[in-house]
Amino acid sequence: MDNFKKAIRPKEEDFADFSCHLTQLKTFRIHQYNGFFFERNDNDVLLDKNIIICSIKSAMKNHKSIYNSAKNLQPLSSDDDGLFIYIPRNTILDTPLQILNVIKTFEPLKIEAKTLIIVGENSHLKLIYCDDTVNDNLSKTESKISVVLEKDSSLEYYKMENINNLSSIFTDSNFVLDTNCELKTFWLSINGGDIKNKLSVALDGQYARADLNGLYMVDRDQVVDNQVSVSHNQPNCHSNQLYKGILDDSAKAQFKGHIYVSQNAPYTEAIQNNRNILLTDKAVVNTQPFLEIYNDDVKCAHGATIGQLDQSAMFYMRSRGISERSAKMLLMFAFCTEILSKASIEELVDTLQDIIKRRLHGELSSCENCVLLCSTPCGTSDVDFI
Amino acid sequence: MSLLEIKNLHASINGKEILKGVDLTINKGEVHAIMGPNGNGKSTLASIIAGRDTFDVTQGEIIYEGKNLFDLSVEQRAAEGIFLGFQYPVEIPGVSIANFMKTAINEQRKYKGLDPMPSMEFMKLMEKQKKIVDLDTKLASRSVNEGFSGGEKKKNEIFQMAMLHPTLSILDETDSGLDIDALRVVASGVNALRSPEVSTILITHYQRLLDYIVPDFVHVLFEGKIVRTGPRELALELEEKGYEWLR
Ligand SMILES: Nc1ncnc2c1ncn2[C@@H]1O[C@H](COP(=O)(O)OP(=O)(O)OP(=O)(O)O)[C@@H](O)[C@H]1O
Ligand SMILES: [Mg+2]
Repeated sequence: MDNFKKAIRPKEEDFADFSCHLTQLKTFRIHQYNGFFFERNDNDVLLDKNIIICSIKSAMKNHKSIYNSAKNLQPLSSDDDGLFIYIPRNTILDTPLQILNVIKTFEPLKIEAKTLIIVGENSHLKLIYCDDTVNDNLSKTESKISVVLEKDSSLEYYKMENINNLSSIFTDSNFVLDTNCELKTFWLSINGGDIKNKLSVALDGQYARADLNGLYMVDRDQVVDNQVSVSHNQPNCHSNQLYKGILDDSAKAQFKGHIYVSQNAPYTEAIQNNRNILLTDKAVVNTQPFLEIYNDDVKCAHGATIGQLDQSAMFYMRSRGISERSAKMLLMFAFCTEILSKASIEELVDTLQDIIKRRLHGELSSCENCVLLCSTPCGTSDVDFI
Repeated sequence: MSLLEIKNLHASINGKEILKGVDLTINKGEVHAIMGPNGNGKSTLASIIAGRDTFDVTQGEIIYEGKNLFDLSVEQRAAEGIFLGFQYPVEIPGVSIANFMKTAINEQRKYKGLDPMPSMEFMKLMEKQKKIVDLDTKLASRSVNEGFSGGEKKKNEIFQMAMLHPTLSILDETDSGLDIDALRVVASGVNALRSPEVSTILITHYQRLLDYIVPDFVHVLFEGKIVRTGPRELALELEEKGYEWLR
């Protein structure tokens, strides 16, 4: 029986004790508490650039034409307390935006978060979206994100999921790219009882490029499910999917990667890769590529691997005096961080690497606070990663 | 005093016997060459000394510095001074040579109850040992062996040996795939590390290497046994006559 109550708008004070520890990185913070957007008018830089950050309700009222330009994307009702972000054309924002969806419940709650983002023509944005539970109570989050990239724009998108073991999160993300747009995503499912990510990318303009990277790290009875779908609807578009996972104990993962190439999309290049390491016999991975190609002028490649750590590499490292545990750590760390190789925010990459290290040490699941606490150096590490 | 003593060693893989009673004693300061036809157990012997567990040791023992080697894990053997230069060095994408060596040195130091090597000292050591084998500086910042040419991989083995300064080095066909210049470089690297305290086992097919690194003994490993032991001239004889006459 589903005894989850629908969350109501919480009191801001309840979240006063929350602090994000992404200390090394300057970001513009945007807060969602239990999925509800909380407005704070404290960023002159954003105001100066005419960037709009408001509730969907207020966007419908005050920025009607802009809002309507994206309305096909997602039906939203006017009582939504969702988040609306608009980046006007020709805007370059060097400092990343960071959306923090903080989840704190005192009874089992069903949480809905909705976000609509429009990146105007020739604008360039970096966005970090974090979902974090800050206590150990039950919650079920459904998060919908729609992103419209107008022509010649780019977005580097980081998604961090760190929720407690009892909670679930289902993310439904839609990206629409116009001509010559570039999207890079880094999807990190670091911890969570049940994580489901649906990512759909529509390449609706020529020369659009999507580079979709994902990492999932699950243990115990955790379940993670990634469904990635890329639609090549116009000629000359490129897409690349690289999803990697490490599974411990009896964790389960599923990867479904869909590539659709329309009749109208010659000169398409589409690549898909899913790589998994199973640390036990009980961990399970189910990987399913699904290619739907209605065009002959296509370069398409896909591959999937499920395996253990490379035993010859293990022996080689141990033969130099590296302990079995450290050798495993180094191999797993190298495996994981490959997905960050194309990320451009260096300080964030450092932090993410720290988070991965801590997760490999098995610490995060016991971490009661924001996952980003892990930007502090990992003190107990017995492996010194460089 | 003997450093390594192998007595009546039998080993098999998947029920197939590969080593059929190997006896070999190596004293401190000595260089031994092991030659023999392909597939006769040379690399098997080297791997068993280093601790690879894919082989079943069915009989015999190996004593190293008075200790039963089979009581030590792979990494403990390394920390006790055993080094294997691989016939086929392994690529490890995503792990830099610097990180690899730093971890190796510090874990060996930990085993000996020493503090980690200070970073500055480590960097200096890297610089110094890279020169010994003429290892390209760019290579050192790359992932271990990833995309290295055959010769570069072999040089990297000698570089690692120089970094770890082992007591017993087993170099499994380190000379294969090296051009003449690289061979000289590698040989002078090995010679530079020679001392009365350290011993070397050279596994090779070519007597040419032994012009540069002069061995005290040459052994022939044939069909899982050492069938002949002699001075360095034995290598010349083998080159001339092949192995069949030893049968
Ligand atoms: N993992 C394995 N599985 C099955 N057989 C193996 C394995 N490793 C080695 N062997 C077999 O053991 C025998 C000895 O191999 P080894 O590598 O020790 O030969 P070698 O003397 O080093 O040869 P080479 O001069 O070609 O390097 C060979 O017949 C080889 O096929
Ligand atoms: Mg061999």
